[in-house]
Amino acid sequence: MGLSGSGKSTLLRCLNRLINPSDGHILVDGEDIATMDDKELRDVRRKKMGMVFQGFALLPHRTVIDNVAFGLEIQGISNEERYAIAEEAISKVGLKGHELSKTSQLSGGMQQRVGLARALATDPDILLMDEAFSALDPLIRSEMQDELIELQDKLKKTIVFVSHDLDEALKLGDRIAIMKDGVIAQIGTAEEILTNPADDYVSEFVAGVDRTNILTANNIMKRPEPVVSINSGLKVALQLMKKHGISSIFVVDPEKKIKGILFIDDAVQAVKDKRTLHDVLVTDVQTVAPDLPIKDIIPMMTDRNSPLAVVNDKKKIVGVIVRGSILGALAIQEDDANGLT
Amino acid sequence: MALPEIPIGESVETAVYWLNDYLGFLMDIFSEFIDILITGFKDGLLFLNPFVFILVVTVFVYLVSKKNLKLAIGTAIGFLLIENMGLWNLSMETIALVLSSTLVALLIGIPTGIISAKNETVFHIVNPILDLMQTMPSFVYLIPAVIFFGLGNVPGLVATIVFAMPPAIRLTNLGIRQVPLDLKEVADAFGTTAMQKLVKVELPVALPTIMAGVNQCIMLSLSMVVIAAMIGARGLGYQVLVGIQRVDIGQGFEAGLAIVIIAIVLDRLTQSLTPKK
Repeated sequence: MGLSGSGKSTLLRCLNRLINPSDGHILVDGEDIATMDDKELRDVRRKKMGMVFQGFALLPHRTVIDNVAFGLEIQGISNEERYAIAEEAISKVGLKGHELSKTSQLSGGMQQRVGLARALATDPDILLMDEAFSALDPLIRSEMQDELIELQDKLKKTIVFVSHDLDEALKLGDRIAIMKDGVIAQIGTAEEILTNPADDYVSEFVAGVDRTNILTANNIMKRPEPVVSINSGLKVALQLMKKHGISSIFVVDPEKKIKGILFIDDAVQAVKDKRTLHDVLVTDVQTVAPDLPIKDIIPMMTDRNSPLAVVNDKKKIVGVIVRGSILGALAIQEDDANGLT
Repeated sequence: MALPEIPIGESVETAVYWLNDYLGFLMDIFSEFIDILITGFKDGLLFLNPFVFILVVTVFVYLVSKKNLKLAIGTAIGFLLIENMGLWNLSMETIALVLSSTLVALLIGIPTGIISAKNETVFHIVNPILDLMQTMPSFVYLIPAVIFFGLGNVPGLVATIVFAMPPAIRLTNLGIRQVPLDLKEVADAFGTTAMQKLVKVELPVALPTIMAGVNQCIMLSLSMVVIAAMIGARGLGYQVLVGIQRVDIGQGFEAGLAIVIIAIVLDRLTQSLTPKK
């Protein structure tokens, strides 16, 4: 992603040599596309790479299905076979029933679905998408993004998606390259870029982003200390709480799997009544996964006076979140936003 | 002191005579070909009885113009009027000349247009030649045509082809150049060969513009075959010429009217064949 003129579309076009790179290499599966002759290049374009364009770029004289079958037709695949494959691609993008429509009769969103189906029909390993959703209105754009994510879950292709919309990049990208003046300023996951911007340009760029969407429990949790073993007594637990000045403590088994939470009032009362830890342990504790966005954690924290446990998929406690952690994360965001103005 | 005169006229004259002397055999072959073409079209057009022919043409026009009833009826009335004026054979001869010259002009013009759209050098060579062809008074073509091919239909047709070809070249060139960049990128990105790109993307997208060139080509052919009567081309033009020589207003007007009818029918027909953009 980058602003207009940052060279992102040019870079994308270098990948399939719609623009010939003046220098350097483009390696796909160890083969250098930059030095290929016409025939090899044609083969790569036919089999390995599909492209989706910003302005849809559908052939106006062709019906939907003939547009989708275009790449297969170029490869010389028989009518029957290519229409069968095209049908399948059309239903993948949810356009079943529109096969014989003229492309000019379709809405923008539908036209881009045709563009996507056309790129998918040749089953390429790599999809090049040049601002594919930029020409769509916001609601349709968001819908298409969701569908692309869904589709990608099944297809598992390498998608190079050029965008000038940071929110789109953060939503779609596993790894994001931020470009400026023809140079990649930073490349990394959304989280890496937000939490550790490579330079001033990147940090300014991401300043306005709503972090509660990107930052997860993982980013704000504290180390799970102290915790008390279920095999220890109430006195040990009380002592730990006193030492750390806390009013509750998580109870775990020897494998650090969470068993429950113990509140200081209950513990004191239990010691007086000569009861055991098991008697006053609250086993019904709310836990969250490490990749849950802060946005979803905030409502859980509002009416809670104990910390939130972060557990991995084996129920092992990996961290705790207290109110302070969230406020801290949000405060950083405020600072950045103020710094920009 | 007077500057020496550059002998442009003499040079062209010498060149034309040289071509005639040394490449005359090529001209003869070409002449033969043109003659066969014209005769073929004429015989074809005159094969049917005029009324049967009018019926066939009317149905044909109705079908290819996507059920344009007005055009079909207009065609029928126009052609019946031509038959009524006793100009049927001459009109068919004129149409044969127009079809022959248009066919040859397009066979040369469209490929030339494609090549000049693809190649800047060719474009820069072709363009001034087209300027020359279009601005030179059409009568001037008649002179070398007579030298090469004598008098009759063939030189008339050659002059017509030269006169009618430029719009076919220009509009083909323009149409191909105007194909949107992203559609060309689509062709490339999906791995087309140059030929596939031309046939499957560029020509279909450029078709409306190319058809405008075809239409222009036909119209110019029609106007020129009339003038070509001066060097012996037959048909309605000859009738007009005779009308002028004899100051016969009636004969001239009738022939002129027949030409107008043919022009309107051909124009509307090619326009209705043009896909809408």
